[in-house]
Amino acid sequence: MQATAHIDFIVAAYAAGLIVIVALIAWVMLDYRSQRRILAELERQGLSRRSTPVREASQAAREDV
Amino acid sequence: MRFAELANPSRFLRAANLAIPWLGGATVLLFAFALYRAMLAPDDYQQGATVKIMFLHVPSAWLGMLCWALMTVAALGTLVWRHPLADVAAKAAAPLGAAFTLLCLVTGSLWGRPEWGTYWVWDARLTSELILFLLYLGVIALWRTVEDTSRAARAVAILTIVGAIDLPIIKFSVDWWNTLHQGASVFRLGGSTIHPAILVPLLLMAAAFTLLFVTLLLAAMRNEILRRRVRTLRLLQASAAG
Repeated sequence: MQATAHIDFIVAAYAAGLIVIVALIAWVMLDYRSQRRILAELERQGLSRRSTPVREASQAAREDV
Repeated sequence: MRFAELANPSRFLRAANLAIPWLGGATVLLFAFALYRAMLAPDDYQQGATVKIMFLHVPSAWLGMLCWALMTVAALGTLVWRHPLADVAAKAAAPLGAAFTLLCLVTGSLWGRPEWGTYWVWDARLTSELILFLLYLGVIALWRTVEDTSRAARAVAILTIVGAIDLPIIKFSVDWWNTLHQGASVFRLGGSTIHPAILVPLLLMAAAFTLLFVTLLLAAMRNEILRRRVRTLRLLQASAAG
């Protein structure tokens, strides 16, 4: 009796868990695809972190990985 | 490969590219087994079937705290050792920690309504957990507000270290104050008070959640490194154009 009375709360909790996990996986995967696409586009334009010896820009970008 | 060598972002990317598919596969398998065991677990003599909500609630609570603890270590890495991946890890971890803490709060409310008769009460454990969630939102907002990456990293590191005060408050709130929330029942002096029929699936679910967190953290760190490379190239492009 108790199980049927509270099944809606159990289902809601597992649905919330599913939504959070799927959202996290989707966020990580879509972000990865997006960054890869942008990086490929910039490299297609001839830009490379090592092949463009622009001193000032290198200094400005030094703090980035 | 030595651990210290992973400090090089390019080496880290190669290691992450190799590890993520395997970790992802292991996570799926462990989740399938843990959920199978969780569904077979008997009802609790007091909670009835709602004990199954604990298989989500407890691991997400653990992960919310574990994630902040990792961010605190990363904050020290940023401020003290200036490790090149420390703030990458901290930034990547924050949304994951926020999501698991939110899941903890939501599943706790859904458990509380049938068991306590209310979705929410301003009890010390619940309130300190809510503060942790707000701290996560603060960290995410700070990363987005300060444009300069290294300045943002230092500001976030300080907030993270200060916010770590909330971790022992969450853990010991049930001992320090009279709370509606139950006391420690898994990790406590004198051993767990939970029957193995419920404890084993709970620990399996915790392991599955932890593996999921590690996989997502590595993937999010990989994304953050790529994002910074994009930024570097755009700065070079802008500089060359100017």
